[in-house]
Amino acid sequence: MSVAAAEVPRARIGIARLPVRELFGTALAGLATRRLRAVLSALGIAIGIGAMVAVVGVSSSAQANLLAEIDALGTNLLTVTPGQTFLGDNEVLPDTSLAMIDHMQNVDNDAAIYQVSNANVYRTPLVPAAQTGGIGVDAASDNLPRVMGVGLASGRFLGAVADRYPEAVLGAQAAQVLQISHAGGHVLVYLGNTWFTVVGVLKSALLDSTLDSDVFISLPVAERMFAVKPNPSEIYLRANVNDVGSVSGLLAPTTDPQNPDGVQVSRPSNALEARAAAKGQFTTLLLGLGGVALLVGAIGIANIMVISVLERRTEIGLRRALGATRRHISVQFLTESAMLAAIGGVAGLLLGAGATEVYALTKHEPFIVPLYALIAAPAAGFVIGVVAGLYPAGKAARLSPTEALRST
Amino acid sequence: MSHTVTALALHGVVKEYPGGVTALRGVSVEIGRGEQVAVVGPSGSGKTTMLTIMGTLERPTAGEVCVGERDLASVSDADLAGLRAHEIGFVFQAFHLQEAMTAVDNVALGMLYTGEPLRQRREAARAALERVGLAHRLDFKPKQLSGGERQRVAIARAIAKRPLIILADEPTGNLDSASGGEVIRLLHDLAEDGATLGLITHDESIASGFARRLQMRDGEIVADVRS
Repeated sequence: MSVAAAEVPRARIGIARLPVRELFGTALAGLATRRLRAVLSALGIAIGIGAMVAVVGVSSSAQANLLAEIDALGTNLLTVTPGQTFLGDNEVLPDTSLAMIDHMQNVDNDAAIYQVSNANVYRTPLVPAAQTGGIGVDAASDNLPRVMGVGLASGRFLGAVADRYPEAVLGAQAAQVLQISHAGGHVLVYLGNTWFTVVGVLKSALLDSTLDSDVFISLPVAERMFAVKPNPSEIYLRANVNDVGSVSGLLAPTTDPQNPDGVQVSRPSNALEARAAAKGQFTTLLLGLGGVALLVGAIGIANIMVISVLERRTEIGLRRALGATRRHISVQFLTESAMLAAIGGVAGLLLGAGATEVYALTKHEPFIVPLYALIAAPAAGFVIGVVAGLYPAGKAARLSPTEALRST
Repeated sequence: MSHTVTALALHGVVKEYPGGVTALRGVSVEIGRGEQVAVVGPSGSGKTTMLTIMGTLERPTAGEVCVGERDLASVSDADLAGLRAHEIGFVFQAFHLQEAMTAVDNVALGMLYTGEPLRQRREAARAALERVGLAHRLDFKPKQLSGGERQRVAIARAIAKRPLIILADEPTGNLDSASGGEVIRLLHDLAEDGATLGLITHDESIASGFARRLQMRDGEIVADVRS
């Protein structure tokens, strides 16, 4: 009756509410009463996330290091090599190739090597002919080290003298095989039935490691002694940094206008960058292990929350008696679980960053933790917490509100 | 229609639990606003079950429950929680105070689900603690309080929101007779302010202090005595 309703001042039912701010306070208080347990279960998440952050951080650092090295060497190096004919035979670059490329615009520097296929190099004539050590002999332009960005470990590179006398420079790998670490004095190698003086040893060539296992002599000597034809087996050139694309497009027709299809152009830094990218990805297995740790952590949190719900039956009953809805109860436990795991996530981020820092310091590599990890680590913790808390929270919400009255 | 306004009414309330236990077998009672009622009876007579149904913690298997002249059958669970948050205060035998919280925060917890901000809740909590004579114990934790003081904190928690109905289940059950008497006097005083009081006890001397007594046995009200 409307009269009766008017007589009852509070006939309308108030709404049970739990403001968000209060929710966080309530959840924090819930965690704070069981501190040790909260810390231990957050630790599980911290280890999992820490492992993943460390894996990502370490591989990013290693990758950044390799990329920095490539950058220092320059990404504007292009190589020109003979391609293959339709039938699979090797093409031959014209003997005018180098001169043609020399005249191109936006080419800063170029060098060529010419394969000397009929000569091998040995330490002495007594070494059996078959034991070549995998060392190739090439004739090379004088400026090859400059174009390749390769320094000399010892001695000097080929020069004017080498055009007339038998002088040789060893690649890093070749020097190791021949057991020659220093040039100078009277170090000789036996090259194609002639003694050559070793005048220099190169450092490792990062941009083209095939050069490491070669021994270099000058083209005039090679032409004279081994009848090498002046058709380059490989040309290296530095393009203007901003015109690498256009130079690369013009290289084939410039090198061999009659048969541009027989010319192959490539950019070695691309391959290296791909390798760097691969270095950033070889860690899938380790990431998987981090994932397993995370899963274990999540189960730990779910376990702790289930126990917590069982222990706090009367608290839950009390809260229901005080006006909490089922939803309030489940949200409270979900929040506790999510906070626990998010705290674990932040701790894991710090752990992982610390591990990366230690690695970077010992390896002298740049310290890099990807920016996304700063957000992803706590967010992952939060999501894991929510998922792990779903079951316990539902269990808490389904408890009878009479628990507080039944227990004494 | 010559009735005073009804605060609480049960009509033919039956409560059965799974397993064939019947706790209430058709209970009907009307309690007016401001009335003070003691419920007595041996254990297992259905006193606590009646209290949980009056307090909307459980729904009856059959029958009608009205709080403030509103039939609760069609009211959603969430609205029942709202009703408890705003209109009903519980006092338990075991106090159920949160050990980690101070007296003020325990009392403020009683208003948590009204949605009032913490500052206001604390203010109301301080006033309620003063009302129960614990103004000097505001920042004490339950472990630092005597049993009687703890129950007074729990009573303050029940009254801080100025509920329509206060329901107490053996509030003196864990107390010695001196502090028990004090708690009962306090509840009487508080109910004088206009709240309806329903109190379960098996102590005849406590029950005799109430103007109306419901005697329960085997899930039924066997006597409804007014003096």
